[in-house]
Parts: sequence; C-alpha cells; structure tokens
Amino acid sequence: MLKVKPWQLVTVILVCIAGLLFMVPNFFDREILNSKYPSWLPSQQVSLGLDLQGGSHLLLQVELDGLVQEKMQKLVSEVRRELRKEKIRYTKLSAADNSVTFKVTNKTNLLKLDTVLSAILSDHNIDKSENGLVKIMFTDEAVRKLQNSALSQSIEIIRRRIDETGVREPTIQRQGDDRVIVQLPGIDDPERMKELIGKTARLTFHLVDHSATDEDIRNRNISPGTKLLPLERDSSESDNSQPSLEMIAVRKRAELSGESLEDAQATFQDNQPVVSFRFDTAGGRKFGKITKENVNKSFAIVLDGKVISAPNINEPILGGSGIISGNFSVQSADELAILLRAGALPAPMKVLEERTVGPGLGADSIRAGTIACIIGLVAVIIFMFIYYGLFGLVADIALVLNLVIIIGLLSLLQATLTLPGIAGIVLTIGMAVDSNVLIFERIREEYKTGRTPFSSMEAGYKQAFRTILDSNLTTLIAAVILYLIGTGPVKGFAVTLGLGIITSMFTAMIVSRYILVAWLRYRRPSKLPL
Amino acid sequence: MWRIRFIPDQTKFPFLKWRKGFFVLSALLIIASAVLLGGKGLDFGIDFSGGVLIEIETKTATDLPQIRSILGNLELGDIALQKFGEETHALIRIEKQDAGGQAQQEIIARVKQALTVYPESISYRRTESVGPKVGDELIQAGIIAIIVAVALMLAYIWFRFELPFAIGAIIALIHDIALTLGMLSLTGFEVNLASVAAVLLIIGYSMNDTVVVYDRVRENLRKYKSMSLIELLNQSVNETLSRTVITSGTTLLALLALFIFGGEVIRGFSFTMIWGVIAGTYSSVFVAGALLLYVKPQRGNKSKSDSKYANAERLQADADLQMSDFLSKQNTSGSSLENTMSKEEINPEIKRTGGKRSSNKKNRRKRRNRRKD
Repeated sequence: MLKVKPWQLVTVILVCIAGLLFMVPNFFDREILNSKYPSWLPSQQVSLGLDLQGGSHLLLQVELDGLVQEKMQKLVSEVRRELRKEKIRYTKLSAADNSVTFKVTNKTNLLKLDTVLSAILSDHNIDKSENGLVKIMFTDEAVRKLQNSALSQSIEIIRRRIDETGVREPTIQRQGDDRVIVQLPGIDDPERMKELIGKTARLTFHLVDHSATDEDIRNRNISPGTKLLPLERDSSESDNSQPSLEMIAVRKRAELSGESLEDAQATFQDNQPVVSFRFDTAGGRKFGKITKENVNKSFAIVLDGKVISAPNINEPILGGSGIISGNFSVQSADELAILLRAGALPAPMKVLEERTVGPGLGADSIRAGTIACIIGLVAVIIFMFIYYGLFGLVADIALVLNLVIIIGLLSLLQATLTLPGIAGIVLTIGMAVDSNVLIFERIREEYKTGRTPFSSMEAGYKQAFRTILDSNLTTLIAAVILYLIGTGPVKGFAVTLGLGIITSMFTAMIVSRYILVAWLRYRRPSKLPL
Repeated sequence: MWRIRFIPDQTKFPFLKWRKGFFVLSALLIIASAVLLGGKGLDFGIDFSGGVLIEIETKTATDLPQIRSILGNLELGDIALQKFGEETHALIRIEKQDAGGQAQQEIIARVKQALTVYPESISYRRTESVGPKVGDELIQAGIIAIIVAVALMLAYIWFRFELPFAIGAIIALIHDIALTLGMLSLTGFEVNLASVAAVLLIIGYSMNDTVVVYDRVRENLRKYKSMSLIELLNQSVNETLSRTVITSGTTLLALLALFIFGGEVIRGFSFTMIWGVIAGTYSSVFVAGALLLYVKPQRGNKSKSDSKYANAERLQADADLQMSDFLSKQNTSGSSLENTMSKEEINPEIKRTGGKRSSNKKNRRKRRNRRKD
C-alpha cells in the first residue's frame, strides 16, 4: 500500500495538473480567455444553470389529441367526394374524435368500398358491419407516426422561432411522448417568448361572404359553406379589454395557407407597421388567380381562427406578394413576421411548467454559494488542522486538490452548475475529509497497538479502504438515483455530489497517501504525530 | 505538533446497556413525527402542490399590505404573501389552478399587470409555475426515488455484509427518514424538489455512518470469537465513536456554512440536511449497533468476505512482525511508554496467526538497506 511506483506517481501528478489547468479558466473573464489566454490551454468554463445565470425554463406540452380529430374532419370531406364520384349513396357521414363513420344505403356497395376509398386511405382500418355501417380509423401505428412527426415538427418550428429572436444558446429538447423543454438563458421576462413559442400561427386566406348582412351575422343566420370569425382588434389592447365581438362571415374553405409563404417581413406603410409577405411560385399563381376573379370583394387574412384584416381586393395582385395591415404595433408586426417565416405549429401548445430566474437572484445565488463554499472550506481546513495537526494539513491539501479537480471536471465535462450543485460542492467539502478521518483514526488505532509509524500507516490505509468504499458507494447510489429522476437544478446537485464522491476518494486515498509516504521516507519519524 | 482532541481515545460508554432508553427515545421521536405528519402535515411547495410562485424585489422595504390589496382584487383564490430573507424581497404564492398550467400562465401575466400599480418599480427575481399535472408527476418521481434508494441500499448492504446487518441498517434508515420528515413538519419548511434531494442524501449519509459502525462489528466478530455479542457491539460502537462524530462534524461544519451564508433559496435544503445528519449520527451510535443484538449477525467462518479478512489478518501479522523487528532495533534509543504498553495489548488472536516469514525477511533486508543510506 505504501509502495509508490513511478508511473503511479506520474499519473497522479498529471491528473492534479490537468485538474488545475481545467479549473483556472473559470477565474478569468470570457474576453481575456478569448484574446490573451494561451490558445493551447483549455479555456472552457463551467456552464452555469439557469438558476445561476438567470433565464427561463419552460416545459411545454404539444396537444396531440386534437391532431387525429382534425385529420378525421378532413377525411370526412374526402370520403364524401369519393363516394359521390362513385355514386355510392350513404347517410350519417360524420367525424367523431378518432373515427369517421357513415352508413351505405345499398349494402352491396360495401364490397366496392375498399377499392373506392383506397386512393384516400393508406394508414386506416376500415371496419364494415353487416347492416352497412362503416367506421374508418387510423391504425395505431399511423397515430404514433402522426404524433411523432408532429412533435419533431413542433420542436423544429420552436427552434426556428427562437433563433429568429436572437436568444443566445437556447436549449430545445424533446421530453417523453408529447413534451418539449425550452431553456432560454438570459431571458428574465419570458412573456413575449411564451407568446411567440405558444402561438400556433396558422395563417389562412378566406374569401369574405358578402351575401351575409350584418343582421344575418348577428342572428348567426349564415349559409353552410360560411363561418363566422371574430375580428382581431388592436393586439396590445386585447389583454385586458373585452375580446372583440365584431364577427366577419368568411367562406369555410381556405383559398391559401401560410404553408405557401416564402418570406415575411415587418415593414411600414403610411407610417403604420405592417407585415409584407411573398408567396412561393405556386402560391403566387393561385393568389393571382383568386384576386383576379374576385376584384372588389374582401379577402380575409385569418390567424389562429381570428381575422387580422379583411382588405378589399382593388385589383388583381399578380406579383405573388402582398401586405397585411392589421392594427399592429412595431413589436406585434415583428412577431407576426417571425411566426410566418418559421411556419405554423402542427398542434397547439400549452405551458405546463415555468421557472424563470432574474439576473438579480442568479447573481445573489452565485455570491451566496461562493461565500458558503469558502467559509465551509476554511472551517473544515481549520478543524482538520486543529484535530489532526500535520496529518490534518495533508488532508487539507487533499481537500483543496479535490475542489480543484471537481471544478476542473465540471469545466471539462461542460456539466451544468446549479445552485443545488454548489450546495453539492459544499457538502462534498464536508464529506471529502471523511475518508481521511476514517484513515487517520484507523492509523491511530493501529499505532496504539504498538506498530511502527510505517506499518500503522500501511495497515491504516489498507483497513480503512473497505470501509471508505462501502460508505462512499452508498452515497454514490443516492447520487445516481437523484441524477436519474432529477430535473434541472436537482440534477446539478447529483452531478457535483457524484463527481465529488469519486474525486474525494482519489484525493483522500491516493494523494494524501503519497504525501504522507513522502514525508515518512524523508523524516523517518519514530513517533506518529497523530 | 499542537493538536486538540475533543474526543477521548478510549471511550467505554455502556451504549448497549442504555439501549432501552434510546429505543424508547427513538420510538417517542418517531411517534411524535408521525403525529406531526398526520396532524400538521408537510408544507408542500409548488413543485408538488402545483401553483405559481413569484419572488419580487422592491427598492425600499416591501409594503406587503398594499401588495395584498392589489392582488386581492384579482380574485385568484388562495394567495400567500411573505417576506423572503430581506426586507425588500417578498414571495407571492398562488394556489394551483384546476384549469391547468396554461391558466396559471394567464395568472402570472395578470399579476404582473396588476403590480404595475405599486408605487415603486418591482423587479421579478423568480417566477415559477408548476401545473397540477406536473406537480403530481414530481411527487410520484420523488416517492419512487426514495423507495428505489432504500431498496438499493438494502441490496448493497445485504451483498456486502449479511442480511441481519441490512435489516439493522434499514431500520436505522427509516428511523432517520421519519425524524427528518417530522422535523420538516415541525418547522414548516417548504417541501420541494430540493427536499427530496436532501432526503435521498440523508439516506446515503445515514448508510455511510451506519456502515462505519457495522464494518467494525463485522471485523470484531471475526477477531473476538468468544466475546459476548453485547460486549462486542458495545466495543465496536465505542471504537468507531470518534470517527463517527468527527466525520459528521466536518459535514455539519460545511452544512452550517451553507445554512448561514448560502442564501434564502437553499436554506430549507441545508436545514433538512443538517437535521438529517444529526439524526443519522445519533441512530448510528445509539440505535444501529444495538439493533444488531436482536437480529443476531452470524459469527464464525461462514461470512461472505472471509477470504478478504484472512488476507487482512495475514497482512496484520506481517506488519506485526515488522513491528517487533523494528522495536527491537529501536529499543536502545528508548521506546515510549505508550509503545511498550500497547505492545502488551496486542490481540493474542493475531499473534497466533502465522505470517509469511520469507517475504518478511526480504522486507527486513530492505529496511536495513534503506537505513544504511
């Protein structure tokens, strides 16, 4: 146990030096690291969690339930079209939550159905009963595929929206089957971001039904192909005032949608903020055709079920670009442009959880954590020195090295340091010397049975090893479980604690031993000062 | 060198004789904890109960009554308002909205909007919102974590020691968890995710302490084959007393620093840990050892890690010979009284065991060589 082979010594020294090199960059400003710091040295810093640097953590849920329902709604019209084309008579065609049902009048037509509907049904099960009742549902796999792609599409669109705002180093992660974690460092008032992320932003263009009079609209007396949509008033007022009650009758069928957009920009027209947009080639051609056929009619621009404006078509617009002029502020025009560029979310989203920390609290936490760390360290160092004298000093050296290696490792692994993570480090300071205490107490015990200093050290380290391993492993188990179940800050605690246990075993059992062996060889004491 | 040892080297406290007293004390404490938990319960923070938490900072001392009246107009249900750490900091807690997380988002916006009426500008230090569904999931995850941790500890101790030790350790562990929860209920500290972390850590630490004692018991069981169990347990607890107290002491030092200087956000966490470490140390010294008296660990050669121990014994014997060799050389220079005294105390068990003389000769030669240069 006390024999130190050269390669072992070299390895240990190298580990300590590496720890030091990886720790040092944390004491410099980022700018100095980028300019004056030698480039061949590691220059990563510990990355701070949102609770320390300030920022916003959002857990979002993608509402996938509506997805299937929406598809079924679409399927109804497709089925109707196909059945009419083939002159199959039916009744009670309707869409439920996850199925489309209808009844064929002539039961012999049941046999034809498969071929008739094959064009529109690919991932569906068709359930036909004797009495002519037909039920069409998605296969389980199709539902899974649909939801999966909706989720990844949502993540992609959220990412695009956030990137557009210029937030630095956002994290967007999928969690589970229908959740997304968004972390936005430096955002301490996430209201705007939440609005930006949470908006479905489905843009559609509908023709206004001019046949419906104001009277009809009030009485909700409209034709089946038409629906009433509320007119969006000034978006900045809508927070506290009553939602606008003005309704507009528009054709149910969307002529064009946001998917055909190629670009959107916030700009000004007559000193009013507006959003200009440009369709892709196909969309532009269609847009031209519609505007040509509907001159002097109104064209409603609908965002998430609300009409933002319904301008009159004065003349055909053939260039494929246009302008949305609602009641925009500069900011809301900017937001709409971002949303249109990034695309629509396939499903609506809800915020399940939010944790936002302002820069003030973050800075306070860092300060308090550092002070606690230093005071804890000094207290333990003094205690060990008073209690164990020279040996305590060796344990103190090991303790400081332990701290250096933990911070070095955190920088190297780019693990996130959180406030509970700092607590974990402070706790490690208290627990790291435990191994040395166990060793020293064992050495004392052995020494008192009459051994030489040399052999009591040998026996002390050897005998204490098993105890230390057992007791540290139990704590390590706790840390691993915490890491597996924990989220955010608590995970940070598990990381520093787990790393601390491993590094403390290294410094307390190996580094302290090497130092003591060196001292023993050099001084050859006849008595142990323990 | 100058040192202070607060704990005498050879303690001979009759811990095991007092065990009934401590069992009664522990039982009373556990019952008190259970009563507290049943009656007062725990103050679950929004992590578990769901809801909204907003920490605000004002320029001068926060005018709580005014904020209360501003927020009272919003009719948001149960609102808790309190100072937080400093005069200028306050915490607003709004109970969960059954409508879900999105409804809570609207509430945050409304609260911030309403607070613009406050005469000073308010800065938001922290805004947290946990939907009811997420809260339920977090509770579930927390409970699962604690159960898994306890089960793994049991398995580990069972694997490394024997079943009786595992049973004793788990009882001590449950004792510590019960006392910690009781204390949390008594003090009314908020129970949140960090508390689960603290409890998990207490589980680890409590084991840590218990293992130190049990390790010694295991060792003594092999060393003193004829000693009565009660005497052996008592000696083991006494032998490990200083290290148990010192290791807990250093950890407590660090935790105290965290409690006093670590800031308001983790005060509950550090308090829980401090109490947990105290409870863990108490149970390791006064309860865990005594419990072994009732679960009766096996004695003799059947133990699992016997071979390991045999090795250790051989080593000890080896070292022993080295020592006598060393002492004989040192005798002329006058060995200390302590050394001669303790020489007589050497366990006869070890003396009986044969060492590897051949390897020892080598050692002796080495030593001589070293001394020459």
